[in-house]
Amino acid sequence: MAKPQKGARRDSCGMSELELTLVFAGVVAGAAPIVLAVLGETITEKAGVINLSLDGTILLSAMVAFAVAFETNNLLMGFVFAAVVGAVVAAIVAFFSIYLNQSQVAVGFVLTLMTRDLAYFLGNSYSHLQGPQVVPFPVPLLKDIPVFGPVFFSQNLPVYFSLAMIAWCWWYMYRTPLGLQLRCVGEHPRASYARGIDPRKLQMVYSICGGLLVGLAGATFSLSVKPGWGRPQGAEGTGWIALVLVIFGGWNPIKAATGAYLFSFLQVMGIYCQEWLPTVPAQVFQVAPFPLMIFTLLVMSLAQKESVLNWAENKDRMKSILAVLSGSVPTALGKPYRPD
Amino acid sequence: MGIFFRNVLDGLLILLAVFFFTTVILLVSGAPPFAAYYHIFKGSLGSWIKLAQVIQVWIPLTLCSAGLLYTFRIGLWNIGVEGQIMLGAVFTTAVLRVDAAKGMPMLFIGLAFIAGIAGGAIWALAAGYLKTKGGVHEIFTGLGLNFVGQGIILWLIFGPWKRPGIASMSGTELFPQQLWLPLLPALRLPPVGLALALAALVLTAVLLRYTHLGLNLKAIGNNRDAAYLFGLKPDRDMIIAMIFAGGFAGLAGSLQVAGVYHRLVPAISSNYGYLALLIVMLSNYNVWITPAVAFFFACLNVGNIQLPMMLELDSSLSGVIQGSLVLAALAVYSWRSRRKAPGGTVAA
Repeated sequence: MAKPQKGARRDSCGMSELELTLVFAGVVAGAAPIVLAVLGETITEKAGVINLSLDGTILLSAMVAFAVAFETNNLLMGFVFAAVVGAVVAAIVAFFSIYLNQSQVAVGFVLTLMTRDLAYFLGNSYSHLQGPQVVPFPVPLLKDIPVFGPVFFSQNLPVYFSLAMIAWCWWYMYRTPLGLQLRCVGEHPRASYARGIDPRKLQMVYSICGGLLVGLAGATFSLSVKPGWGRPQGAEGTGWIALVLVIFGGWNPIKAATGAYLFSFLQVMGIYCQEWLPTVPAQVFQVAPFPLMIFTLLVMSLAQKESVLNWAENKDRMKSILAVLSGSVPTALGKPYRPD
Repeated sequence: MGIFFRNVLDGLLILLAVFFFTTVILLVSGAPPFAAYYHIFKGSLGSWIKLAQVIQVWIPLTLCSAGLLYTFRIGLWNIGVEGQIMLGAVFTTAVLRVDAAKGMPMLFIGLAFIAGIAGGAIWALAAGYLKTKGGVHEIFTGLGLNFVGQGIILWLIFGPWKRPGIASMSGTELFPQQLWLPLLPALRLPPVGLALALAALVLTAVLLRYTHLGLNLKAIGNNRDAAYLFGLKPDRDMIIAMIFAGGFAGLAGSLQVAGVYHRLVPAISSNYGYLALLIVMLSNYNVWITPAVAFFFACLNVGNIQLPMMLELDSSLSGVIQGSLVLAALAVYSWRSRRKAPGGTVAA
């Protein structure tokens, strides 16, 4: 009796091509807010500022996005207000560190906890309400491309925006004069000062720009990926993941966004694992990416050690693997410029 | 006297700013601000029973804060206190679950404490080694290990340690009564916990102030490269600082299990680790101000529970107050150092 049942179960679990496209469409959709947060933080850190408040900021902007969209019945307003919230929190972090000489890590950490509690407190009356949410917007023609169509072009506008932002951020950073300025401020603020650029102003501006994207990430959560508001919302923890993904991506927007897709894939696989191993509580799978994250960071850090680099000197494949893993920290990261 | 007066003035300024901010938040959420403050006050200091609850929260907060003083002094961001509490709780539960424990309660409670300290220290050691040998920033290892600790607790509660018949978020089975920490009658307060927290404070004050270890931690925290040139061993001292922080946090976890919940519950750490980080920052890394700030935070946390019952507000208001306190304090500290330096520039 038990045997045929087992066989039948495996059949229903084996994935067909249609299911696979659905899984990948889910991965792309689920990654959208993480991609936005990762890009925002990459811009901020590239300019030399760490915004450690990501996790709370995402929650607070998610709450604000939902509340505003609910009250005005206007999704766009939700996104706008969320972006403003993200920008304001980022501005506080940057201001405290650039102009008040406080540790960015300390201020960011305090704000992580505070914005999270602020979100729960102010959002209390919006808990578990049915509100507006983003509708799918398939792109005509493109959506009919086999496999690619359903995965990338049958999504909603925030997802398209996240995809476009990856390319745009890379282009801006590496192909425009303004991007060169941005990188210079993070690498060598004193040199940019000598060239007539005010590093403090620029760091402030790019922190705010990064914050705008982080706010949009929050709105994408509460209006699209995990619609609605509650305690917990479901976005808890992703801010920390995003911070790690920036390092994982070596401060390169494309690599960091790839990390976001990998993470989203892991999350989706977690849901399937739950089906296959029903005795293990769901929370354990939510935790699984974190040891993986520590391991990745460890490998990346070891990959930059001199002894490891020497060892890989004559091994072409190892060298290319190490090149992918390495990424240069913006030299002035966390050390704001002080005029003298 | 002048310094004292200025500190009091700064304190008042911080409180005023936070009071203003919180009142605005309460008004925005449509709640009567003064009723909210009144309920928090009455819910924390309104009776002896409430005060005992406050002290029960104060104990783990103080233990964790004391541990953090070591890691802050050497310049480590030990964000992993949460996980260290959790592992302490897990190890303690493991010892108290042994069948023989019922026969020799005192021996096993003692063993459970040692196990708890070891559990917290192991979790801190992992972060310490990854930092010193692996080059991974302690913020990320600490944070990752917090999540892993939570995963371990949930797995234990739903798996190997589940209650016979039902596995639920309510935790493992209650221990037999003889394994509960003895309480002061009337107040439901374990004197052992109180004594341990005070001992931890005194030990920390002495170690940081009067020993080579304290001096080394400070020197390395101030300038790691110079300390290295002076023949100090930053890596070794970082590990030592981590062991202290983890050990104290683990002990806090033990007390939560043996003295408060009498079982392992998912929310065993109750965010106390994160709060302790705020407490130490707000007390400006001072050993003697820390317990006072911890007491205030404990009042907020206990009094807060009244808000959902009385005013249908979310109980996270205490977090908002605590966070804005630290932020306001940071602003005032930097404003003060700015005033001291001529020309408005601040020495780095």
